[in-house]
Amino acid sequence: MSPAKPMPASAQQAPEPDMAPPSVNMAASGEPNLAAESATKISATDLNFHYGSFQALHGISMKIFENRVTACIGPSGCGKSTFLRTLNRMNETVRHSRVEGEILLDGQNLHSFEVSEVRRRVGMVFQRSNPFPKSIFDNVAYGLRINGVPGGGSPSRGELRDAVEHSLRRAALWDEVKDKLHQSAYSLSGGQQQRLCIARALAVNPEVLLLDEPCSALDPIATTKIEDLIFHLKSSCTIVIVTHNMQQAARVADYTGFFLLGRLIEFDETPLIFKNPAQKETEDYVTGRFG
Amino acid sequence: MAASTTVASNTPRPALPARSVWRRILSGDSLAYSVTFAAAAMILLVTGILVWELYSNSQASRAKFGWNFLFTSTWDPVADQFGALPFIYGTVVTSALALCIGIPLGVGAAIFLAELAPPRISDALTFLIELLAAVPSVIYGLLGIFVLVPILRQVEPAIRAVLGWTPLFQGPFYGVSLFAAGVVLAVMIIPFIISISREVILAVPSDQREAALALGATRWESTWDVVVPYARNGIMGSIFLALARSLGETMAVTMVIGNDPKIKASLFAPGYSIAAVVANEFTEATGDMYISALIELGLVLFALTIVINGLARLLVARRNMA
Amino acid sequence: MSPSLHLLRRKAVNIVMLTLTGLCTLIAAGTLVFILGYLFIHGAKSLSWNFFTQLPTPVGETGGGMANAIVGSAKLLLIASLVGVPIGFLGGVYLAEFGGSKFSFVVRYVTDLLNGVPSIVIGIFAYTVIVLPQRHFSTLAGGLALGVMMIPIAVRSSEEFLRAVPVSLREGAMALGASKSQAILTVVIPAAKNGIITGIMLNLARVAGETAPLLFTSFSNRYWSPGWEQPIAALPVMIFTYAISPYEDWHEQAWSAGFVLLTLVLMVNIAARLLLSKRKHVAR
Repeated sequence: MSPAKPMPASAQQAPEPDMAPPSVNMAASGEPNLAAESATKISATDLNFHYGSFQALHGISMKIFENRVTACIGPSGCGKSTFLRTLNRMNETVRHSRVEGEILLDGQNLHSFEVSEVRRRVGMVFQRSNPFPKSIFDNVAYGLRINGVPGGGSPSRGELRDAVEHSLRRAALWDEVKDKLHQSAYSLSGGQQQRLCIARALAVNPEVLLLDEPCSALDPIATTKIEDLIFHLKSSCTIVIVTHNMQQAARVADYTGFFLLGRLIEFDETPLIFKNPAQKETEDYVTGRFG
Repeated sequence: MAASTTVASNTPRPALPARSVWRRILSGDSLAYSVTFAAAAMILLVTGILVWELYSNSQASRAKFGWNFLFTSTWDPVADQFGALPFIYGTVVTSALALCIGIPLGVGAAIFLAELAPPRISDALTFLIELLAAVPSVIYGLLGIFVLVPILRQVEPAIRAVLGWTPLFQGPFYGVSLFAAGVVLAVMIIPFIISISREVILAVPSDQREAALALGATRWESTWDVVVPYARNGIMGSIFLALARSLGETMAVTMVIGNDPKIKASLFAPGYSIAAVVANEFTEATGDMYISALIELGLVLFALTIVINGLARLLVARRNMA
Repeated sequence: MSPSLHLLRRKAVNIVMLTLTGLCTLIAAGTLVFILGYLFIHGAKSLSWNFFTQLPTPVGETGGGMANAIVGSAKLLLIASLVGVPIGFLGGVYLAEFGGSKFSFVVRYVTDLLNGVPSIVIGIFAYTVIVLPQRHFSTLAGGLALGVMMIPIAVRSSEEFLRAVPVSLREGAMALGASKSQAILTVVIPAAKNGIITGIMLNLARVAGETAPLLFTSFSNRYWSPGWEQPIAALPVMIFTYAISPYEDWHEQAWSAGFVLLTLVLMVNIAARLLLSKRKHVAR
C-alpha cells in the first residue's frame, strides 16, 4: 500500500466542467478531429495533479487510442512526465501528492483497480535504464515471479523460460543476449539495458506501455533501434511516449499532445501538430522558436 | 620530498633554486608539512607500538602454551595453566546471540525508517536511536544488572516453557548468564545496525524502487526483492561493524555474564568472555605468566576484531564503488 | 473478475511485513525511551548535593559523594585531550591538505584499524607502556589510554571538516599571494573551526564514558589524587565498582553517578548534533 493516499478520482470527478482554461477547451477537449477508427484505451478527463501546494497539471483531458503511439511533447517542466505517471498511478509514490479528475482504463475508473493490477496492465519504462543488479534472465522474469500466472500461483520453470525468451524477442534483444542470460544485466551496453527494461516491462503482457523519454540517454544508433521497436510493438500494445525530441515524436507517433506549463495546449494527429498546428504556442514550439 | 610536489606549482623559476627554497621555509610550507607529517607518522608509530607491546608482552605465554592456548579450557592461575577456550566460547556465543536478536530488529527498523516512515518522523526517530549509541557501556551494564537481570528472571519460566526442550535453555538460571550478556549486547549494537543500514537503504537509487513498483510489485515486494538486495553489501558491513563492537565490548558484558570460566551448552548458564576476564583479573594478576596470558588474550581479541572490521570495511567500500 | 487469491496473498504479506518492520522500530525506540526514562527517574531520585562535594565514605558508612571521581574524570580528560587532540588534529590536517600519496592511504587505513581496537586492548597497551615500567598505577597512564582512543576519531572528523571547506576559499587566499600554509592557517582552519571543535567535544563525550581502559591504568582512588603520578578515581569506574558491590547504598550512588555521566554525555551529543545539522543545512 502506498503511503500517499490520493483521493479516489471518482469522488470528485470533474467538479466544475466549465472551469477548464479556455486555451485548452478549443483543441484539447480530448476529441480532436480524428478519424477515430481505433477504440479508446485510456481516457483522462479534467485531470489536475498537485505536489503539495504546487499544481503540476491543470485540467488535462486526453484520449489514448488502442494500438496507436501517442507522444507527449513540450519543454522541460511542462508536466508531460507527470501526466504519464498518473496513467499507471506511479505518482502515488510521491508524498503529499494529490490527483483530481478521472482516468478510465477500458471504460473503468483507474482507481477502482488494485494498484498492482493497474501497473501490471499499464507497464512503464523510465528515462534512465534501471535494470536490477540481477542476471538478465532474472530481470525479465521478475514481474512474472511476483505477479504469478493468470490462473494464480507461481509460474513453472518452463513457463518462465518461454516467457523470458518471448519478451526478449519482442524487445529485439534475444539474439544479443541469448548466450549470456545468466550474466549481470550491468554487463550490457546502455542501449541494450534500455531494451532489457522494455523486455522486463513486456514480460507481464501489459496492454499499455508508457515510455518516459526512453532514448534521452542513448546514442543515435541505440535510439533508432528503440524507435523501430516502438513501431513493431504497437500492433500488440498501446504506447504512450514522452519525449523532448520533436523529430522522434514526428517519426514514431500517430498522435501528439503538446504540453505547456501543466496544460495540454493541443492534441491531434501527429502530422497536423507539426505541419498545421491550431495554436500559436504549438507552432512556436515545433518551429523551434522557444523551448 | 613530497613537499616539493605539493608546492611545485607556485614556486618560481628554477633559475633561482636557493632563493625559492629559502622562501618556502620562510613562508612555512615545509614546516607545516613536516609538523603534520610527523603527527600522521605518530599515528602509525602508536599503532605499531601497540601491536608490538601486545606481541612481546605475551611472549612467555605464547612460548609455553603455543596454539594450545586457544584450544584448552583450563584456567588455573595457581598452577600457571592457562587455556583461553572458555573465554573465546563465551565471547563468540554472546556475540552470536546478540546478532540473532539484533539483525532482524535492526534491519527491520532500518527498512521501516528508510522506506516507509515519513521523512520527518524517520529523522526524529533516527536521532533518538543514534543517541543510544552514545550511551557509555558501563551504563548499559548498570541497567543490565538492576533492570534486565530481574526482568529475565521473571520471563525465564516462559522461555523455558517454549524452548526448554533444546539444550540451549536448560539448567538452573540465576539471571547473570550468557543469555543476559547476549541481550545487553543486542541492545547495544542495534543502534549501529539501524543507523548504517538506514543510510545504505536511503542511498539506493529511487529508480530501482520505481522499476519494481511499475511492474506491479507491492511496497514490501519492491523493498525486499529489489531495495534490500541492492543495499546488501552495506547492510552486511553494518552487521560486521556491530559484530566487531560486540566482540570487544567489556563493561556491560562483565557486569552480567556471571564470570564463570566454564563451557556450558546452556545459554542460561553463567559464562565468561575474553574482555571480561581481562577487565576482572588484570589488576589481581600476580606472576609474570598470569599477566602474560592475559595480554595474550588481548592479542587474540585484537586479531579477532581487526579481521572482522577489515571485512566490514571491504563490504562498505565495495558498495561505494558500485 | 474478482481479485485472485494470489493477489490477496501478496497484499496480506505486504501488510504483515510492513507492520513487522514498524514493530521493530517501535521496540528499538521503546528500549531507548525506557533506558533514558528509567535512568533519569531512578538516578535523579537518589542524587543529592553531597554527591558533588563529598568524598566517598568508608565501607559500611552511608552517605558521601564522588567529588574526587568528578575531578578525576576531568583530569583524565585533560591529559587525553593533550595526547589525542594535537596528534589527531594535525594528522587530519595532513590527510586533508597534503594527502593523496601512498603514505596517506596507509595512515587512513591504520587510523581505521586503531578505531576498531577494543578499548580494553588500549588499556593493556597503556599498562605495558607506563604502568609496567613504573610499577604503579597513575593518572598519566589512564589519560594516555583515553588519549589514544581519541586519536582515530579526531583524525577523521578534522579531515572531514577541513575537506568540506570549498576549494574556492583556498584558491582565493593563494591568489592573493598567500603560501599554502598561510592559506591553511588563516583561511581553511578558521572556516572549519566550529566543526572541528564540535567533533572534539563529541570525541571527549565518548571517552568520558570509557571504563575498561582505566581499570588497570588509573585504577581508582577513594581520596583526592594530587599530581599526575597516583591512581585516580573516575566516574565510570566508580559506577562499575559500586554497581557490582554488595551494598544497597552504593547501588544508589551508582545510579546517581550514571545519571550525571549520561546527562553530560547526552547533552554534548544533542548540542553537537543540532549544531552540525544546522551547519549542513546552511551549506546546502
